[in-house]
Amino acid sequence: MSVQDLHGLLNNIQRNPGIPLDLDWVDSIRINRSAVERRAATLPARRSVKKKNQVAWLLRAISCIDLTTLGGDDTPGNVQRLCAKAKRPVRSDLLETLGAESIGVRVGAVCVYHAMVSTAVKALAGSGIPVAAVAAGFPHGLSPFQQRVDEIKASVAAGASEIDIVITRAHVLTHDWRALYDEIAAFREACGEAHLKTILATGELGTLTNVGKASAVAMMAGADFIKTSTGKESVNATLPVGLVMVRQIRDYEAQTGFKVGYKPAGGIRTAKQSLDWLILMKEELGDAWVRNELFRIGASSLLSDIERQLDHAATGHYSAYNRHPMP
Amino acid sequence: MSILEIYEEMSYGTAPEGAEVAQKWLGDHGRTFGHFIGGRFVLAAEGKSFETLSPSTAKVLATLAQGTAQDVDAAVSAASVARQTWWELGGYPRGKFLYAIARQIQKHARLFAVLESLDNGKPIRETRDLDIPLVVRHFYHHAGWADAMETELPGGTPVGVCGQIIPWNFPLLMLAWKVAPALAMGNTVVLKPAEFTSLTALLFAEICDHVGLPPGVVNIVTGDGETGRLIVDHPGVDKIAFTGSTEVGRIIRKATAGTGKKLSLELGGKSPYIIFEDSDIDSAVEGLVDAIWFNQGQVCCAGSRLLIQESVADRVLAKVKARMGKLRVGDPLDKSIDIGAIVAPVQLERIAALVKQGVDEGADMFQPAWNCPSEGWFYPPTLLSNVSPSATVAQVEIFGPVLVAMTFRTHKEAVELANNTPYGLAASIWTESVNLAHDVASKLKAGTVWVNSTNLFDAASGFGGFRESGYGREGGKEGLVEYVRHPKSTRLGDDESAKIAALSHSIDRTHKLYVGGKQARPDSGYSLTINGQEFGRGNRKDVRNAVEAARSAQSGWAANSSHGRAQVMFYLAENLQTLGTESAVQSVFSVASRCDKMDGSAHSVPMRALCYTVNEPVGVIGIVCGDERPLNEFLELACGAIAMGNTVVVVASEANPLPAVEIYRILETSDIPSGVFNILTGLRKEMVPTLAEHEDVDAVWCFSPDVATEVERMSVSNLKQTWIGSGPQDIKTILGHATQVKNVWVPYGE
Repeated sequence: MSVQDLHGLLNNIQRNPGIPLDLDWVDSIRINRSAVERRAATLPARRSVKKKNQVAWLLRAISCIDLTTLGGDDTPGNVQRLCAKAKRPVRSDLLETLGAESIGVRVGAVCVYHAMVSTAVKALAGSGIPVAAVAAGFPHGLSPFQQRVDEIKASVAAGASEIDIVITRAHVLTHDWRALYDEIAAFREACGEAHLKTILATGELGTLTNVGKASAVAMMAGADFIKTSTGKESVNATLPVGLVMVRQIRDYEAQTGFKVGYKPAGGIRTAKQSLDWLILMKEELGDAWVRNELFRIGASSLLSDIERQLDHAATGHYSAYNRHPMP
Repeated sequence: MSILEIYEEMSYGTAPEGAEVAQKWLGDHGRTFGHFIGGRFVLAAEGKSFETLSPSTAKVLATLAQGTAQDVDAAVSAASVARQTWWELGGYPRGKFLYAIARQIQKHARLFAVLESLDNGKPIRETRDLDIPLVVRHFYHHAGWADAMETELPGGTPVGVCGQIIPWNFPLLMLAWKVAPALAMGNTVVLKPAEFTSLTALLFAEICDHVGLPPGVVNIVTGDGETGRLIVDHPGVDKIAFTGSTEVGRIIRKATAGTGKKLSLELGGKSPYIIFEDSDIDSAVEGLVDAIWFNQGQVCCAGSRLLIQESVADRVLAKVKARMGKLRVGDPLDKSIDIGAIVAPVQLERIAALVKQGVDEGADMFQPAWNCPSEGWFYPPTLLSNVSPSATVAQVEIFGPVLVAMTFRTHKEAVELANNTPYGLAASIWTESVNLAHDVASKLKAGTVWVNSTNLFDAASGFGGFRESGYGREGGKEGLVEYVRHPKSTRLGDDESAKIAALSHSIDRTHKLYVGGKQARPDSGYSLTINGQEFGRGNRKDVRNAVEAARSAQSGWAANSSHGRAQVMFYLAENLQTLGTESAVQSVFSVASRCDKMDGSAHSVPMRALCYTVNEPVGVIGIVCGDERPLNEFLELACGAIAMGNTVVVVASEANPLPAVEIYRILETSDIPSGVFNILTGLRKEMVPTLAEHEDVDAVWCFSPDVATEVERMSVSNLKQTWIGSGPQDIKTILGHATQVKNVWVPYGE
């Protein structure tokens, strides 16, 4: 497939409208943890991206970052700083040296709490960078249902074009797939035109089988993206969890024709990890999923490490954090 | 390509592993190597040499010495000279040498990995992440066994000089599997690497030299099959260990017949890879990559026969094809390559010819859309589906990246299809049902069964085959047996048979054969007169009938519980008392008491997995009795075999068949099912060849020296196990021969 064809395809990615809940499908999902872990462990060893290719891949990783701040101490000041970094993620002299200016690299989105949405929208005006809001009782998802729905609507109204919601983990742990489906479908409806990213909080779902089943139900309910974690669980995005989720995305596309995006979040801090995730996406799902239309990485400190690696590629010297502007 | 273009395309580019250090090592040796004999590198005695090429470029890497008779003589003699001191050195010092070898290989791991990849054509990822770490693990593990030998194998002594011939698919790993246990148990070795892939063995020789291994303990002679033949035929060699094709295995079995050389063979396979409908199908499909596209499919235990439950067949095949499209074939030193080069043009031609034959016979062929590199010897991953068991490609070992697929309806049919092969090396099962997994694992005829996994290896777990995949194990305690001689049994000979012979009868008696639970007249209609009595003169048809009876009784008898078998054997001992032969009664009583004590074990493998060993019956065992102990030997061997779940066809002592014949009436009143215990009388020369050549006999134990060579020579057609013995045997030894080890790997975790 040529690059042009690929772009044509990407521009036509049809939003997943969801399908009726298919409990037989959910029931048939089998996950073997040891085998999944084996694949996850060997996958980064099977592919190696070096030199110029590595530079291009790291820039691609930046373009997939949902640059995130989710602190109780967030203020308009630090959110504005983050937005400035989102627009200019890498020092321009480095991009020049690397011959990568023409890419016009910027991050995939800026991700904040509802209270910071309007600040971010304003700061990013004209950049084309979307604002994502975490919603629906993030991070625990246990506030009153209507309140969670209203929260989504409020963030959309404030200008968020992407909504990262959390699910009720209890629905998964008790295998109440109908309740899970209805909840996510309601959130999707509340989103309207905004894209829905469904956080499964995989670190709290107990088993990989639960992760697989919850992924399938979320897609059936109309999720545009499925996402691993809030970043607040003790176990965040791991490659085995990622493998289970992306394989569900693959099956969902095979069954329905709809492409659902994927967002690992939490614990992805190094450039090497971002390459591993891109490799996972390319190998298991294909080239459509190494672009930010269908792939995001939720991260706050990852960008700094990628900047250091790009510096190394440009100069041949190992770099230091203080040489790169902080968010 | 510009960064922008790569950014759009997201291509991998190349990630080559540097080969400078390996090339320098070759250069430092002038790209010319001799043999390693008596602790130093020596030139080939007759100056003959051959070239070793790199499969990915078809370019010459080095010139190697072609081992001739003189070279092999020198190596065997160096090994003979060294054997006494090496053994007397003691377990702990030998262990320290093995430990040093492990450490040294670890310190030079990348050089070994790159050199192996250059020489063999396999991806650097595999040599780096699998071959070399397993080699190191093997030497560490066996360093421990050297030290533990005295307490764990009390009374065991080395076999002596071991001739070891290894294949080209895992050059250094196969060396480790052979050399480590041999050295640990105090043997010395003459090893011949495959002519395509000798370089890492020569680097290993340098390591041996570096750690100060006494000269002659390890000798490496390079060369082709002719050099191998010289080692096999050499009278100074006490044991041959061979890994390679079943065809060559047969030649070696024939060549060593009657020489008294111990033999272990690890041969070919056509291993089933079974996907049940309740499996994690994505993981099962991914497992196939490690099963058949590992090492270009040039793996003896490659999961080359894909058996899919019909209900999920279309889905599985679609996923397999999609996965194949993602595989990358190319420069083995590129770190992003899944499949490297085929070792030699001769192999490439064979693969292509077999695939063509498969298609001609009706298979649907699928290969990914991309092309292989044009330089070097490459073959794309290939799927042949819609293949029936009768197709050539479903039966023969292709030894390339070619998977054949067929479907099954029920788990019973899966087992039948899986076992429908002369081989029995390994098998993989994919199911999330614990019941199904263990049920099928127990029914598969294979030395290793992987549940929800494939191609897992470890030094603690013995690897080796059933049936025509060979005999003997490599790794674990079960593998050490191949390199140890056990102390002689102190069991007494019998004098009771004399008593039986002396029983007098006033009415003429009719001694028949005992086949399928009934006394049967010999097919020939002739009798032999021995010691004044007539005995049935069994012939080939009687052998045929007896084997048939034994075969049809075998699975049912083996399925009986060990406690159930013990009860039957105790009752037999009870009734034997009527013969008034106490030592015979005791021997059967001892065997009965062991029925439920041949426990397996759980190996300590370095991963989250249960790896358990079970001692399974061999199957149908032919037993040829000698004439020294016509009653006790007969009972000890036959009852030992039966106790473990085998069925037997026993050729009674030719000189004194009476004690065996007297057993008929005891068997008739016993609970031993019909067909489990079959007894023939007559002339050995007229029956033993039929027994030894019979394809449905799994082992022949021969305690009669006059036909021993013939038994070994004739065992080749189905590579049945043979045991040539004489004199009283320790009960553990008998039960060891009556069982074969199956290792079942079950990784777990939810």
